[in-house]
Amino acid sequence: MTTHYLVLSALLFAIGGIGVLVRRNAIVVFMCVELMLNACNLAFVAFARQHGNLQGQIIAFFVMVVAAAEVVVGLAIIVTIFRTRRSASVDDANLLKY
Amino acid sequence: MGETITFWVLAVVSVAAAFGLVFSRKAVYSALMLGVVMLSLAVLYAVQDAPFLAVVQIIVYTGAVMMLFLFVLMLVGVDSSDSLVETIKGQRFWAFVAGLGFAVLLAVGIGNAVVGDATGLAAANAEGGNVQGLAKLIFTRYVFAFEVTSALLITAALGAMVLAHRERSEPKATQKDLARARFLGDHPTPLPGPGTYARHNAIDMPALLPDGSVSELSVNRVIARHDVETGRLPENARLAAAIRQVAAHGPRTEQPKVVQAVAEPAEVPVAAEDDPPTAARPAGTPVEEEGK
Repeated sequence: MTTHYLVLSALLFAIGGIGVLVRRNAIVVFMCVELMLNACNLAFVAFARQHGNLQGQIIAFFVMVVAAAEVVVGLAIIVTIFRTRRSASVDDANLLKY
Repeated sequence: MGETITFWVLAVVSVAAAFGLVFSRKAVYSALMLGVVMLSLAVLYAVQDAPFLAVVQIIVYTGAVMMLFLFVLMLVGVDSSDSLVETIKGQRFWAFVAGLGFAVLLAVGIGNAVVGDATGLAAANAEGGNVQGLAKLIFTRYVFAFEVTSALLITAALGAMVLAHRERSEPKATQKDLARARFLGDHPTPLPGPGTYARHNAIDMPALLPDGSVSELSVNRVIARHDVETGRLPENARLAAAIRQVAAHGPRTEQPKVVQAVAEPAEVPVAAEDDPPTAARPAGTPVEEEGK
């Protein structure tokens, strides 16, 4: 059964990766990153049961905490960029290129 | 057996929702799809003997993180949909190829790995249960990581406050300033409400002035634009023309007025320097700004 969970986790991770590459709206890109983090958590929980100890669940817990902090800061950055440029598209924020 | 059924149902649901997250055009739909994925993952955690993580997943992710996403979506504008122009040639195609290759690679790798039967968490959860077992680990072996987490959370809260804070560059407009700005503009009264004297009271129906002319000031520009895009214009040609005008260029500031001579301000003093920005706004536009 662990294999099933791991394959599901890999699928969700890959879909999230595709979303990050394809989408332009910064918020949707961010949601795809969250999807990838969730997929990792699923793998951690599956491994915790596979090995019969709780360390995987602890790691998943810390990943959740870090993800929450990351969402707060990332969304604040998106709001700031939107305020100055009136756009949430990642294509518009390309000043560092030049 | 129960776990297998749960897994297959939720696997299909979560993968479908993940595809919906990537492919839906509207960002709000994406957010809802992400919520579906998170909820089904929470159930999968619960099935895998991780009840604490399941609850935390629901509270932290679907409760807090999703709400934050929705708040920011509302703030940034729900209608900010993606542009379909590719800035890099063939980016979409190659992204799909890369994603598909990555998924196949991972799946084949996992499928080839010899994974024995799961040990199960019965022994680890034996002492009081899952929450007690996690608490014991967090507060003994991982207590330093736990402490560092608090620093991380404080930093994140401070960072969000610093980033989202906007310094006020001019003094806040007092009631006096607002009143002055209003009377310096050419529309001291409230704008005519939509549907006044008209044959419909819908919000997108321009008001008729007492002399029978159509008031373009009464229609919200966003609503007018929506009407034009969806082709829901009134049959009356004058009303339709007014809505088109508002949608395209905003209301004409020079409205046909019956009492033009009275409304003309005799001597308008030069606006003071400390006037709030509302004074600079032409009187025809406040409807549009309120609509946003």
